[in-house]
Order: sequence, then structure tokens, then C-alpha cells
Amino acid sequence: MAREVAESCIDSINLELVHTYATRLHPTKPELAARRIEAIGFQVGLQLAERYTKERPRFGDHLEAIKFICKDFWAEVFKKQIDNLKTNHRGVFVLQDNRFRWLTRFSLDAPTSGNGTSSSEANQANSARASQAAGQYLYFPCGLIRGALTNFGVPCAVSAEVSALPACSFIVRIKG
Amino acid sequence: MPPNSRPGDAVFASVDRVNAELFTLTYGAIVRQLLTDFEEVDEVNKQLDTMGYNIGIRLIDDFLAKANITRCSDFRETAETIVKVGFKMFLGVTGTVANWNTDNTECSLILDDNPLVDFVELPETCQGLYYCNILCGVIRGALEMVSMRTEVKFVKDVLRGDDVFEIRLKLLEQVPEEYPYKDDE
Repeated sequence: MAREVAESCIDSINLELVHTYATRLHPTKPELAARRIEAIGFQVGLQLAERYTKERPRFGDHLEAIKFICKDFWAEVFKKQIDNLKTNHRGVFVLQDNRFRWLTRFSLDAPTSGNGTSSSEANQANSARASQAAGQYLYFPCGLIRGALTNFGVPCAVSAEVSALPACSFIVRIKG
Repeated sequence: MPPNSRPGDAVFASVDRVNAELFTLTYGAIVRQLLTDFEEVDEVNKQLDTMGYNIGIRLIDDFLAKANITRCSDFRETAETIVKVGFKMFLGVTGTVANWNTDNTECSLILDDNPLVDFVELPETCQGLYYCNILCGVIRGALEMVSMRTEVKFVKDVLRGDDVFEIRLKLLEQVPEEYPYKDDE
């Protein structure tokens, strides 16, 4: 049987990875911290993709590779599949996860609600704040996807958007 | 500790578990990135220890909540609990405690293997790296949260050619517990 560890090991290492690079090592250079964290995810994505595809033939086209990410790869890493895949048929794919595992336990300190603001404004401000904070935790999975697709011979750039926690979307832009 | 001889097994069976591959590869990629960022191996050891410390101070809550253990009566029992329950609950492996000093303040935690080092081989250029040093920080951080100041360091490492992983654990000070509130408040 494959070796197992407690899931809290994964949660802890991800949390601490972001804390190390974004808060401790590069507190004033968020772009640099993001690049480092993404690079670590990229490395892991490369290696995981290699392991997950040992037994199967090469992908026929980009769409097939992306579908593998949405189904098999996501299920292995996050125990569920991507919920929705959209494409503009010109090299941009949007992978939506309605309940992204690493954001399900994400919470913020209680918002400081000023008296003069309406509740919808406060909600908006709060959700913007949450998205920004959650974004730090998406550099690693963006790297994972880019690493896996690179291994499949699909050069791309990957970014992420948080809509309403714990949902998020990964945007894959294929290069060339 | 419960009388059961393998107290960690039930705990490990009860927590959410995942395939170790993602964890092992993520840790490896972090070490690799730190080696690129810092060049000095000693500094990488220090960074790993700090990361571990920050994890340990949070992980202790998870441990105390789920491990189903009673208060340890002395440091010997604490060490046994770390290798039999702590390592098992998180990493799925157990170790042994050995080499106690005469006043029972210093011992060795021995691990035959651990999931951090699966697929790992260190290149010549990494002499001096304690690859699993994060574990020292985790133990130090966790113990500090239960009022024990310790010094924790690797003395043997399979990746450096030793037969086992040996972590030397030294109790520096048992900080008396201070309650933040009086009983009647």
C-alpha cells in the first residue's frame, strides 16, 4: 500500500511555505515571494505529472492534457475533480473549483465594520480582502498546474482568481 | 499513555490521511528552493528549523485534541509519546527512544525511516545539510507550547550514510505553568 501521512502535514507545510516566503523572507516584495512559491509548486507539478502518467500514452492535444488535469490529477491531489471547464478555443482555459480543498479552512479576522457603511459595501470590502489574502495560497497550486502541463509538453502561464471562498478559478493561457 | 502497546496506531487510523507523495515532493521542492536562495547550507538548516518551529507551535493543538493521551508524568514519558504517538499520528512512522543521560534530561529519538526522505538522494554539494531539520523545529515548537524549553538537533542522518536518523533532544528548562486567569474570574 502507498505510504500515507496525516492531511494536517500538507496543510501545515503549505501554510508555512506561504508564511516563510511572503511574510518572513520577502515581506516587502510580494511579487518575488509569489515567484518563489510558484516555482516550488512548479517543481512538484512536474514530478507528480511524471508519476501519474507513467502508465498511459502521450496526450493527443492540449485539450486532452487539460482534461487530465481536471479529472485524474485533481482527484489525486485534491480528492475531487474540477467542477467546470471553459475555453475560448483560442488557448485560454478556465478551470473552476467550487470548493477548493486548500481554501475550505480559510478564514479571516472579523472585519472592522465602520458604522457609516452599508452592509453590502462592507461585504464587498470584506470579500475583496478575503480574496487578496486567499490569493497567496494559490501561487503554489498555479505552479502545480503549470508544472504538470509543462511535463505534458504544454507550455503555459497560469493565474488564479478567488470569487467567493472557497471557490476559485485557475486560468491557463497556452503559449505559442 | 494508554496501556495499549501501539497507542499511535489508533490515532493515525482516525485522522484524515493523504498519499504521502504530495507531502514528500512539496518538502523536497522547498528544500531545493531554499538551497538556491541561501547557498549556505547552515542557513538552510536554520530556515528549516524555523519553519518547523512555526508549524510545531500550531500542530501541538491538533495533537492534544486528537491524540487521546493523558498528561506525561516526566520527560521520559514525553519522549516516548513523541516517538510513539506524535510521529505516528502525523508521519505514520514510529521510532524509539535511546541513550538517556543520567539525570533523564537528554535522550535520542531514533527513526529508521520517515516519509520526508522517500525518493531523496543528496548530491555532494549538500554536505552539512540536515535534510529533515524541519522535524527538530516541530518538536521544539510543540514542546515549548507545553512549557518545555528544549534544544533539538540531528546527530545521525541516513542521507549522510548513517544507519538511522537520530535526533538528540535536550530539556533545558521546564517553565512553570502560569495561568492567565484566576480560578474565580
